[in-house]
Amino acid sequence: MTDVAASPPAAGAPSQGQGLHTSDAARKRLKARYASEARFKFFGIAAVLTAAFFLVLLLSTIVGQAIPAFNQHYVTIPVDLSQESLDPNNEGEAVLRRVDYDAVVRNGLRSLFPYVESRGDRRTLGGLVSSGSAVRIRQAVLDDPDATIGQTSFAVPLDDVADLYFKGQVSEERFVETTGEASPTGTEGTIQILSTANDFRDLLADVKDFLGEQADEVERELASRERSLERAEIDIVSYRDRMPEEGADRREFFEDQVQILERGINGLNANIRDLTAELADLRARSTAAGADEVLTTELPSILVEINGGVVKASSINATAVEGEVIVPLTTTAAASGGDWSIREVVLPERNRKLDDRSLIYLDQLAAEERVERQFNMIFFSSGASREAELAGIWGAVVGSFFTMIVTLSLAFPLGVAAAIYLEEFAPKNRLTQLIEVNINNLAAVPSIVFGLLGLAVFLNTFGLPRSAPLVGGMVLALMTLPTIIIASRAALRAVPPSIREGALGVGASKLQTVLHHVLPLAMPGILTGTIIGMAQALGETAPLLMIGMVAFIVDIPSTPVDPSTVLPVQIFMWADFPEVLFRQKTSAAILVLLAFLVTMNALAVILRKRFERRW
Amino acid sequence: MFWLLFLALLLVFAASLYIGAQRSRQVAGPNTHVLHSRPSYHGGYLAIMATVPALGLLIIWSIAQGPIIDGMVVGQFSDEFEALSLPEREAFLRDARAIAFGGIVSFTDELKEAAAAIYENLYRISNMAMTVLIALLVIVGFRRGYSSIEPKRRTRHFVERAVMILLIACSVVAIFTTVGIVLSLIFESIRFFTMIPIHNFLFGLHWSPQSAFAGAGEVVDANPEVFGAIPLIAGTLFITFIAMLVAGPVGLFAAIYLSDYASNTVRAVAKPVLEVLAGVPTVVYGFFAALTVAPFIRNSGEGLGLDVSSESALAAGLVMGIMIIPFVSSLSDDVISAVPQSLRDGSLALGSTKSETIRRVVLPAALPGIVSAMILAISRAIGETMIVVMAAGLADNLTINPLEAVTPVTVQIVTLLVGDQEFDSAKTLAAFALGLLLFCVTLTLNFIALRVVQKYREQYD
Repeated sequence: MTDVAASPPAAGAPSQGQGLHTSDAARKRLKARYASEARFKFFGIAAVLTAAFFLVLLLSTIVGQAIPAFNQHYVTIPVDLSQESLDPNNEGEAVLRRVDYDAVVRNGLRSLFPYVESRGDRRTLGGLVSSGSAVRIRQAVLDDPDATIGQTSFAVPLDDVADLYFKGQVSEERFVETTGEASPTGTEGTIQILSTANDFRDLLADVKDFLGEQADEVERELASRERSLERAEIDIVSYRDRMPEEGADRREFFEDQVQILERGINGLNANIRDLTAELADLRARSTAAGADEVLTTELPSILVEINGGVVKASSINATAVEGEVIVPLTTTAAASGGDWSIREVVLPERNRKLDDRSLIYLDQLAAEERVERQFNMIFFSSGASREAELAGIWGAVVGSFFTMIVTLSLAFPLGVAAAIYLEEFAPKNRLTQLIEVNINNLAAVPSIVFGLLGLAVFLNTFGLPRSAPLVGGMVLALMTLPTIIIASRAALRAVPPSIREGALGVGASKLQTVLHHVLPLAMPGILTGTIIGMAQALGETAPLLMIGMVAFIVDIPSTPVDPSTVLPVQIFMWADFPEVLFRQKTSAAILVLLAFLVTMNALAVILRKRFERRW
Repeated sequence: MFWLLFLALLLVFAASLYIGAQRSRQVAGPNTHVLHSRPSYHGGYLAIMATVPALGLLIIWSIAQGPIIDGMVVGQFSDEFEALSLPEREAFLRDARAIAFGGIVSFTDELKEAAAAIYENLYRISNMAMTVLIALLVIVGFRRGYSSIEPKRRTRHFVERAVMILLIACSVVAIFTTVGIVLSLIFESIRFFTMIPIHNFLFGLHWSPQSAFAGAGEVVDANPEVFGAIPLIAGTLFITFIAMLVAGPVGLFAAIYLSDYASNTVRAVAKPVLEVLAGVPTVVYGFFAALTVAPFIRNSGEGLGLDVSSESALAAGLVMGIMIIPFVSSLSDDVISAVPQSLRDGSLALGSTKSETIRRVVLPAALPGIVSAMILAISRAIGETMIVVMAAGLADNLTINPLEAVTPVTVQIVTLLVGDQEFDSAKTLAAFALGLLLFCVTLTLNFIALRVVQKYREQYD
């Protein structure tokens, strides 16, 4: 053991006399070690923060998507629900059931828009409200005829795109402040609007900018196509090179691939030609400042609101727009600056789900104060639907509920009984060791394998009904069984031997000891483990997909053998649908599921904190 | 019918509990300590004697009733049935049952009406016979039990032995589950391997079961070239590799930080965060991957000029890694905390920094546990389904480019079985073969993880 206290009389080295690190090299090494320590600690913190960041990102994207889904817009339309028009002879329910409520809705809408005349426009108008409006009116009439018959107005849900419009999610819009005086040339049909100031000139410049952006995008796409062309040509060359050295059937396969690639190249060449032409056109138009511009559906829409009417511009130049009157104007008098407005809908009509006419009609409805935003009860009280505005989670919630009941009633008794036997009574021999290994392995088997088991045994061998919560509950019970067994065994083991010995000492039998003394004391731990196991089962999707719970079930299930679906599977199915409202509803359904899970886990934690005893 | 009788037996059980207890008090007279067992045990004894044989008969009869009656109907119409194939026979019987008991019928003819009449008849006779027999068993059992209640009878032993049998039966269910999984998988896989040779499956490079048959509805041999599982295994391993690249370092460093550096407040906040990450259902992760992560990777890739698939392996692997982080972290945390403080103290006393202690003393001591944790995490990633169903591709693809789409084993199992497939075709049976492969691999990994811990674990004090 070296004596580090004595200062080393190194020849020629200046002796500092303080600490162990007396040479520069040593001090550098120390710095490096401290730096490495700081880095290590930093990595640790970074890891924890990364995990937290991912969680926050996940939750915030889901919550952000879900919040718009909790509200829904309704429009109040005038309806003719008088006794004479529905049931003139007072025959009762049979006749009321067969009334054409779609016509009632249509007529109501048309009465609000007397100037809408052509077939196409009428169809657009009809598409603004949900296709389930007629069903809702019929339901109201049948449920409570005395209150509903005689009503003159009814609130129906808006179609999902219209709903999104009122939530501001269809397109960005720009309002242009008007300074000049505008003079329309008519009140209906195709008219021109001239302005005395530069209002339209600035707008024209905006349109040109947009064309420039479009041109940039086409350029990018062109570059990507040319890259693909290069790659395809390289692939063909490599196939041709390798062909001589391969066998006969591989050569055939290569030939097929080469043919596919050559066809692809032809397509790509045509594509490149078109894109180049488009690029030239767009560049020309975007750089020709001040020239007239025809507003097609690929450009932003320009709507002029003047004199109580709305005009959709079809062409624009520096001083005037020409366009079609959608809502008739009241007069052709000139409107001073500020009394009329220009609206630019930035997303081109071609890229939107809502065309300009629908947009304008919806604005009219809103201006008449007929549109109301309400809490989305449909989401919580209806079953699934292909229409986004009518879809709800109630069917899935009831299905989940039945499935959980079946799982709990099967897994809990089986699991606790098995745990009691294995922990208290089983002789400690190889057989029980095998059983224990077996149960631990079952806990780690992927859930989809349980689904395969359910499919092969429950559905095919036993012939149980497909897609029923009964079968789903049985599969989930098999999955949860190992978790409950392991948790119960741990809880039983935690009860000290003194309790058992005390009971045995006053003459109880082994079974009486376990059932009357040990089990009640281990119950909090067992319940905690059960609740956690149930929470895991609630979120399971894969095994239920296997046993057929992916079917599209509209009715609410009333017994555990009716076909139904569960909430996670409903989320999975909705995630495939493209409508934006479905994306929002999926996020909202995820929030509902997470709320259930958080509640169950919180319950388990509370249970553990309050009732678990420390021996 | 079944549920009615079941309910009736339940009522008899409850009533017998009470009656038996009362009877035992009656025969004991004024001093109940003369009884060997407490009155409640006598009640249990009577209840078991009365209802258990009847319950057994009810279950066995109900299960056997269906096939036996079907066989009798087939026997009646044996000439007409000669001509029909198996599915047609099944359809006939199904329709006849629907006519007899109410249900949707495709079409009906004289033969089916006759068969339906026979069904109705046979079921009625069978149900009556079953009810009579059950009533008989209950009465006989009840009387024997009732008359044999006396102070010396050791009913407690009887009841306890019955309860033990029940407990053992429950434990056996867990074994039956494993046996059931293994047997059903093996059975269906063997049927698959008679159609497609096993070396095509294990060593083939091309997976495309949709193109296995020449045309719809044709009864042809499946093309064995398209059932090669290697692209699927490669896809699974690739996505798992990406997931472990994310989860391994993050989980391990988080565990190290939380066990050795973090203060109590930090630990009180960080542990729930990790538990929440662990508790989120995988379908939510899949939705997040498909909605946010994949488009983000696609847009950044296109911005850089790369060709990114919208179902890239990177997106699926990244989100799967996020899902596994708490797994790795909590298992490693347990192992690292289990290393005794004396080892750390000794190292610190020699002048090492904390990180050097961890790197040179703690981690090597905890290494078997950490390796086992990583292996278990890999096993979990291999078996994960929902994230990859929603975020990974469907076409087989052998590549090491993470920006392309690959398909893992679990996605193919789901794709093959979710839909209307006949159960005998090679396509659906291929799913079972894949399931068997998955089961064996995860079992082996778990076993290895266990052995690593058992063999290399250091026992301190």
